[in-house]
Amino acid sequence: MARAISPRRKWTITVVAWLLGLALFFPILWTVLTSFKTEGEAIASPPSLIAFDWTLANYFEVQARSNYFKYVGNSIVIALGSTLIGLLIAIPAAWAMAFSPTKRTKDVLMWMLSTKMLPPVGVLVPIYLIFRDTGLLDSRTGLIGVLTMINLPIIVWMLYTYFREIPGEILEAARMDGASLAKEIVYVLTPMALPGIASTMLLNIILAWNEAFWTLNLTASNAAPLTAFIAAYSSPEGLFWAKLSAASTLAIAPILIMGWFSQRQLIRGLTFGAVK
Amino acid sequence: MATLHTQSTARLMMAPAVVLLLMWMLVPLGMTLWFSFLRYNLLMPGMEEWTGFDNYYYFLTDPAFSTALVNTLLLVGGVLLISVGGGIALALLLDQPFFGQGIVRLLVIAPFFVMPTVSALVWKNMFMNPVYGLFAWVAKFFGLQPVDWLAEVPLFSIVLIVAWQWLPFATLILLTALQSLDEEQREAAEMDGAGPVSRFIYIVLPHLSRAITVVILIETIFLLSVFAEILVTTNGGPGLQSTNLTYLVYAQALLQFDVGAASAGGIVAVILANIVAIFLMRIIGKNLDA
Repeated sequence: MARAISPRRKWTITVVAWLLGLALFFPILWTVLTSFKTEGEAIASPPSLIAFDWTLANYFEVQARSNYFKYVGNSIVIALGSTLIGLLIAIPAAWAMAFSPTKRTKDVLMWMLSTKMLPPVGVLVPIYLIFRDTGLLDSRTGLIGVLTMINLPIIVWMLYTYFREIPGEILEAARMDGASLAKEIVYVLTPMALPGIASTMLLNIILAWNEAFWTLNLTASNAAPLTAFIAAYSSPEGLFWAKLSAASTLAIAPILIMGWFSQRQLIRGLTFGAVK
Repeated sequence: MATLHTQSTARLMMAPAVVLLLMWMLVPLGMTLWFSFLRYNLLMPGMEEWTGFDNYYYFLTDPAFSTALVNTLLLVGGVLLISVGGGIALALLLDQPFFGQGIVRLLVIAPFFVMPTVSALVWKNMFMNPVYGLFAWVAKFFGLQPVDWLAEVPLFSIVLIVAWQWLPFATLILLTALQSLDEEQREAAEMDGAGPVSRFIYIVLPHLSRAITVVILIETIFLLSVFAEILVTTNGGPGLQSTNLTYLVYAQALLQFDVGAASAGGIVAVILANIVAIFLMRIIGKNLDA
């Protein structure tokens, strides 16, 4: 329901809100713009906002110099791999908890959540040593395993909150109509559960893509995803801001777009259903 | 309601998730606990021996620990102050009707999706660089002396970078909570003659209190473990000026190879995080009953 406000007030709010929004977005915009500059223009003073010679050279150079797509590939494999395995483990669990809850269900959920509260440094040393001794250091398999485990509680929780919204009566109705269990799952439950599963998947891909503790500590070059690749630009020698910007733009663009589409789910997932 | 499955199938369906998480939690944490009582350095293999609480004694009495603890608290506190304070203000603003609401909302939440290494390096180079950075240019433009942000005020700079990432999160959650506020209640208060300030204090703020608590607790859990932003900007320095607990444990384990001390530090970090977690769990647990 719209409140009646004066046009003048509405315009004032419009201007202030846009200015603040643009200010917060500015570092991202600046990165994208810098990625189209030459290295010289990237550090020019005074800096130019759009009046420079636009070039795509940085994008080609990043790929030519450091085989950028290898890191993109690692990011994709690790984010997708850990998400899919996580879903495979979590869907049955969340399903059981939502549709046949016992008095211990709540405790199990809370306990799962508590594993998420564990700070990573609490287990850094043993994980590192186990990985070193089993050859999992700098391997995509190892990283997929770790990211699956750290995000599993969020996946279970999110799926649980979605599944719980599917009314149990609809199952009974289907059964009355003579549907078998298999039919029930395929024709009634799956369509109702799919949107929740898709949202969970989206949020989890975002989280896995941006994870920057384990990816930095457990990889060197082979399995390094984009987080680690970008971190390599922190070395002080040389100013490669235009190339850094090109690499950064490619690294954040897909996730930014996915994030924009999944705002609501993000809230549900990251607050464990406490705020909807 | 056990209509779909019997209890045993339900248990079977939960088993993989429960068993895996149990292993993930117990095995490494148990190892950390065990290592924390050993003298154990990776550079001296085969020399491990039981030392009781020595590692804890050394870790907790090392001046680096108190520095890192203070830095951790300043980092968490600083980011919370900016993100929650700014988040409330921004959410109140964005909740008003104005042109392009949807687009501004997208602009505001965007920083949350930027991976930590990217945001840290973009800020470090393109904004905070004392010679070529935008801040330096602005300072020179006004005839001021440019600041070497990460060298002179390293912790504050990191607070700014991390706050930029978390302000959107706070705003998004508080805005969502605001939108569930009963409009009629607000209008009724307005008709009763309540001004904007008292309406905020007596109606909006109480309504937001739960969302604010959730934001504070969730951010605290994540902020206690800030790592990448420090690694790529200052490496914890200069000296220990921007070293937090997470970074200190990392340095002890993977730079000095002191497994024993790092494990003791890890256990200390777990205990600190648990203190926060208990409060968060209580709130979420209550919500589960509702």
